[in-house]
Amino acid sequence: MQGRSVAPPLSFASGLLLLSALLLVSILFASVSGAYHIQAIQLLKWLFGVGQLDEVSRNVWVNIRMPRIILGIVAGAALGISGAVMQALFRNPLAEPGLVGLSAGASLGAVLAIVLTPGGLLLIAIAAFLGSLGATYLAYFLGRRSHSMAGLLLAGIAINSIVFSLMGLLIINANDAQLRDLTFWNMGSLAGANWIMLLGIVPWTVLMVSLLLTRWKALNALLLGEREAFHLGYSLSSLRWQLITLVALTVGPIVAVTGGIGFVGLVVPHLVRLWLGSDHRWVLPASVIGGALALTLGDWLARVLIAPSELPIGLVTSLVGGPFFIWLLIRGRR
Amino acid sequence: MSSGVMVVESLRMHRGKRQILNDIDLQLHVGEVLGILGPNGAGKSSFLAACCAELPITSGQILYDGQSVLHAKPLDLARTRAVLPQHTTMTFDLPVTEVVTMGAYPFPEATTEQVNEWIDEAIERADIRHKAHDSYRALSGGEQQRVQFARVLVQARAIENLKGHAFLFLDEPTASLDPKHQVLLMRVVRELSRESSTAVVVVLHDLNMAARWCDRLMLLSDGEIAALDVPQKVLRADLLERVYGLPMSVMPHPLNSDHLIVMAEG
Repeated sequence: MQGRSVAPPLSFASGLLLLSALLLVSILFASVSGAYHIQAIQLLKWLFGVGQLDEVSRNVWVNIRMPRIILGIVAGAALGISGAVMQALFRNPLAEPGLVGLSAGASLGAVLAIVLTPGGLLLIAIAAFLGSLGATYLAYFLGRRSHSMAGLLLAGIAINSIVFSLMGLLIINANDAQLRDLTFWNMGSLAGANWIMLLGIVPWTVLMVSLLLTRWKALNALLLGEREAFHLGYSLSSLRWQLITLVALTVGPIVAVTGGIGFVGLVVPHLVRLWLGSDHRWVLPASVIGGALALTLGDWLARVLIAPSELPIGLVTSLVGGPFFIWLLIRGRR
Repeated sequence: MSSGVMVVESLRMHRGKRQILNDIDLQLHVGEVLGILGPNGAGKSSFLAACCAELPITSGQILYDGQSVLHAKPLDLARTRAVLPQHTTMTFDLPVTEVVTMGAYPFPEATTEQVNEWIDEAIERADIRHKAHDSYRALSGGEQQRVQFARVLVQARAIENLKGHAFLFLDEPTASLDPKHQVLLMRVVRELSRESSTAVVVVLHDLNMAARWCDRLMLLSDGEIAALDVPQKVLRADLLERVYGLPMSVMPHPLNSDHLIVMAEG
């Protein structure tokens, strides 16, 4: 079914290749730099089995840096493709997973776990995941009566504001340690990465992202309009349900383990569209690779900017992504 | 014999408390082009939307080949009828070829060669060959409409290939086109009905266009059928004046007396 109309223009395929190459380079950068510097040449030689790497470097790379990089890649991929899907679903370039309450729900779950329980990363993650699913489905069920996407959008806005006020209530009752946990959770971090966590989240994310990738035709049809998509054989209600469920199941676990990482889901697909147009056959895979690239670079910056200390990655993505986005908008208007 | 025929039986439709369509009966066979006429708000677009199962109806029945559309799956519908809506605005940009290709999305079993052939044919018939490699949003309104027409042609062609005949619905397809492309489009529609056994329902505002290209006309007035017959019987000055509330002159075409010319006076 792929590539049926015309041979894919060279620019699309080479665009994906270019992104992949950039991702590989950024992985290498992220591998060697940080609080402990690893020799790039040594690392590459060791990886290709032609040289030795000292004990400390090996330990740092295998047990600390690699899990972080892999978590960054899957988180970026998940956020990137989910943003692209939400934009097509709402036919709005400003849409992102948070629009239907996903991020707010996750935050509420995390706050509940931090303030009302003894805490701990696992408990926070589970609560955040349940919160993201809960808020998303609440928005979906409230909004589904409406025939257009506007109902879902309005429900999402309402849920977002209710959730934030509930969080405010909880925060008033939090103590100083809890407040600090909370602040850090909201700014996002890949520092919690370890191989056991990855064992669960990597196969899951790969599966979900693959499922989303197969929906490119439906997303293209949605770009024409809801009526037109129906004329082309898509049941809007079931498509909406299916896509929102997939997005929630893709992003929910990621937000649960990384906290709030802003802007990637919005900016990455937007950049991809500016560059490659909006044919989702290309937008979806490019958003996957682009998201992975953005978070790998973001985490690298987070670790080197104020080394030996580090910044929360959510802070970096918003700090770099925000002004960059504004620059793009100003440039686009001219 | 129910193959190749669309049947509408005592169709009623409400929007809120207002009655939009009342007691519409119609039989349309493949090979026929039916024009829907009527003033603004007469129910033309609603009738079209009801026929292609897009809007819910209050009572009555709509059948393609004896199959009711009321609880049909969207995919089955897409493999039976193609629809060209009035306006299609896109927030995001797509290559023209991908928009045209979408007509084949509901037919995953079609081979690449088949689909490419249909696309090529549709691009030719819609006269957008010179724009085929552009992006959709770079086109003018009329060109965009022709691209959408090409998409619908691909779908109609795929349906005909699958079932032997197709149903095609067009809502004011000529509204944004220049005179040349208005005629080209209507000629293609007519060819399609004759050569590819397609039944066509087309909403039109231009009475002369309707007189020239349609086999039958349905004149709607306040959601009811004011007339349903061949153009010579429907395009009568007294009837048109009553429905449109404007004096009209109807005369035979000076060069071809089979056709009529309608002039709005006043």
